[in-house]
Amino acid sequence: MLGWELPPHNSGGLGVACLNLARALSKDGADIDFVVPYEAEHSNTEFMHVLSAMKLDPLYRYGIGAYDSLLVEEEVIPTADVSKMISIRDVQRNYCAFVEKYLMDFKPDVAHAHDWLTFEAGVLAKRNFGIPLVAHVHATEYDRSGMNGGNPVVHAIEREGLLLADKILAVSQATRRIIHEKYDIPLDKIEVVYNSLDEDFLKSAYAYDSQDFRYIEEMKKLGYTVISTVGRFTIQKGLANLMRAAARALQKEPKLLFVFAGDGEQRQELVEMSAKLGIASNVMFTGFVRGKQLRDIYQVSDVFVMSSISEPFGLTALEAAHHGDVLILTKQSGVAEVLRSAMEYDFWDETKLADEIVAIARSEGLKHTLQRGIHNEYRNISWDNVAEKIISVYNEVEKRR
Amino acid sequence: MRAICLYLHLHQPWRYERYSVFDVAHDHNYWDEIDYYDKQNNQRIFDKVCEKSYHPMLNLLEENIRKHKNFKVSLSITGTWLEQAELWHKDLIHQIRRMVKTGQCEIVAETYYHSMSFFYSKEEFAEQVKMHTEKIKALFGTTPKVFRNTELSYNDEVGQWCTEHGYRAVLAEGWDKILGWRSPNHVYKVAGLPADTKTETKLLLKNYRLSDDIAFRFSNRGWSEWPLTVEKYQDWLNMDSLRGPLINLFMDFETFGEHQWADTGIFQFMNALISRWLSEYDNKFVTVSEAAELEAPQDEISMPWTVTWADTERDLSAWMSNEMQQEAMTKLYSMREEILATKDKALINDFRKLTTSDHAYYMCTKYWNDGDVHAYFSAYDSPFDAFMYYMNVLRDLEWRAGQKKA
Repeated sequence: MLGWELPPHNSGGLGVACLNLARALSKDGADIDFVVPYEAEHSNTEFMHVLSAMKLDPLYRYGIGAYDSLLVEEEVIPTADVSKMISIRDVQRNYCAFVEKYLMDFKPDVAHAHDWLTFEAGVLAKRNFGIPLVAHVHATEYDRSGMNGGNPVVHAIEREGLLLADKILAVSQATRRIIHEKYDIPLDKIEVVYNSLDEDFLKSAYAYDSQDFRYIEEMKKLGYTVISTVGRFTIQKGLANLMRAAARALQKEPKLLFVFAGDGEQRQELVEMSAKLGIASNVMFTGFVRGKQLRDIYQVSDVFVMSSISEPFGLTALEAAHHGDVLILTKQSGVAEVLRSAMEYDFWDETKLADEIVAIARSEGLKHTLQRGIHNEYRNISWDNVAEKIISVYNEVEKRR
Repeated sequence: MRAICLYLHLHQPWRYERYSVFDVAHDHNYWDEIDYYDKQNNQRIFDKVCEKSYHPMLNLLEENIRKHKNFKVSLSITGTWLEQAELWHKDLIHQIRRMVKTGQCEIVAETYYHSMSFFYSKEEFAEQVKMHTEKIKALFGTTPKVFRNTELSYNDEVGQWCTEHGYRAVLAEGWDKILGWRSPNHVYKVAGLPADTKTETKLLLKNYRLSDDIAFRFSNRGWSEWPLTVEKYQDWLNMDSLRGPLINLFMDFETFGEHQWADTGIFQFMNALISRWLSEYDNKFVTVSEAAELEAPQDEISMPWTVTWADTERDLSAWMSNEMQQEAMTKLYSMREEILATKDKALINDFRKLTTSDHAYYMCTKYWNDGDVHAYFSAYDSPFDAFMYYMNVLRDLEWRAGQKKA
């Protein structure tokens, strides 16, 4: 299995999905070597072999930024195998070199590559060693760029990987459609395997402490409805639409408190926007949150909004559902395909979103019906179902070898 | 002597458009979705069903009325259906009037707005039944003598109300849990009437197996009896007639052409079945009034709790089981007095259009997770959307009522 990260060295959902997937696959008897581009300790990975492709600090697996100082460069370079490891392309080149060396000695039944980051290594396994390639798409460059172009190099790598793969796994029907429409891949080559909740998240002990968000708790006592969103503040997430919808909703229902949890390049824009719209006192920015703090936000919220312009899956919606939140999802998010008891809207339809927020704030009946419904369905998909489907894909590509 | 009582139900609700909270107190037009191709456009839906079902089936019925003196049919037609037909397909009204004139087609009484008002407000219910009777009288020159409550919902109280109001019979579901060993193929009477009751109201019970064979299973290729031929169905009718002289086939009119599309052969089946049934000695069709007089009541049937013809539960849960439905209906009926007090005809009419049971049905979440029939018949993307827009309309009604008072 070719991956880029595993918890705790993950920056987002990719590492979590890979870990849960590998765990479920190994339960079904798969023997997994998991390649990562850095060297570090991992916990809870005893069911597989984690192979480190190079001596690299996990922090620098995406390369060094253009504005990082020479000191950083010096810090990285001595530990690395090669003389220069400046950009992510350098890291990928080393990653491929490692995979090539590995394949001289070992011949796995299948190469399972996660996202464009590892597609080159997957293609190498396929082209040079004849190993069947399963390309797993968690997000495409179109998603990451809010459907506006994106990086052409990344597109080229994605296209090559998708064309050469024996089978493609997409995390939702929406992603499957993008792969078909934007990369011209026939639909019958693409299977949908949804994600599920992180098992470590479900198992870990959590106790809500009402002292953490005392301000929000007080507002709730005054009858405020708390609406939150969690994620990177980037164009893909459609947060500007959410902010304008918030302003519209507040015209009808003043007792609304919006919590924007996360960080990203749009932070300043969003803060300014809340001020210009005159709703700054109803909007809170928490900064980047993770772990218990993130769960506290889910817990204190009544409503969770996923406002993404394009969201291949959207695991945070399941996490929010686990904490009893009512969900509002854009029709463009993959998770909306598996959840029925959620309110939906098109990402650009700010009026409908405002309508939905007001409706939930004003009706206990609606809130409770949504809560009860989502409680019964948010765990419908298990990693075991996912693994079962993937194993059958493995067998299929193996047979055609 | 063996008789089939064929009874068909005609109804279309007035669907409200996707009415935003930002429209409240500004736009009071809920029923005329401008875009003809939109899901909530009432005219488009009526046109569609007219072409697929109303036209071909009414033609089939009228032809058989002309061909066979002893072919009879009973129709219940809601006020909201009649309003839409008058607007867009007047020919349907003319055709039904012709059929009624022959004496072979009987119209059944019900609430004008196809509402569940019996369970929320008896005054509103009585008012809506009266409105319906007047509408039928005006359009078809006849006064209904047999009653059916919305979705065939029935309990002893409904039966007693019908007796008090002089109805000859009332229609209900022939549900096994109620009937026990008794057959739906007999005439029964309403239970629990005071001893001094002069005219007793009969109870006609739907033979749901034979009705649903046509209404639900006819085109189901997974059904072991598919394809259903006239010969086979005739055999079943003969067998079932041994249990009693009266077979009550009650179903939605739209069974023909809309639920079972023309290409399933449903029209040919029905046409052939009518001739075939009548070709046998001593077989006939009866209207609901005639059915009530077919024999002396065999027993009294009590339904202490409400039974309907809906879903496998045969109860009211499709209309009142979740909190959204309860909240919406409670709110609606709590506004009644204030709205009637305005004496504003348009406002009162809008209020009553909202009592139509379909609206609560769209909010049903019973099978939402499995996503089946309820979703198919809904004009909205989800029960939550249906609820949201409905509540916004109610807010606007409230605003209008407030304006009147001021």
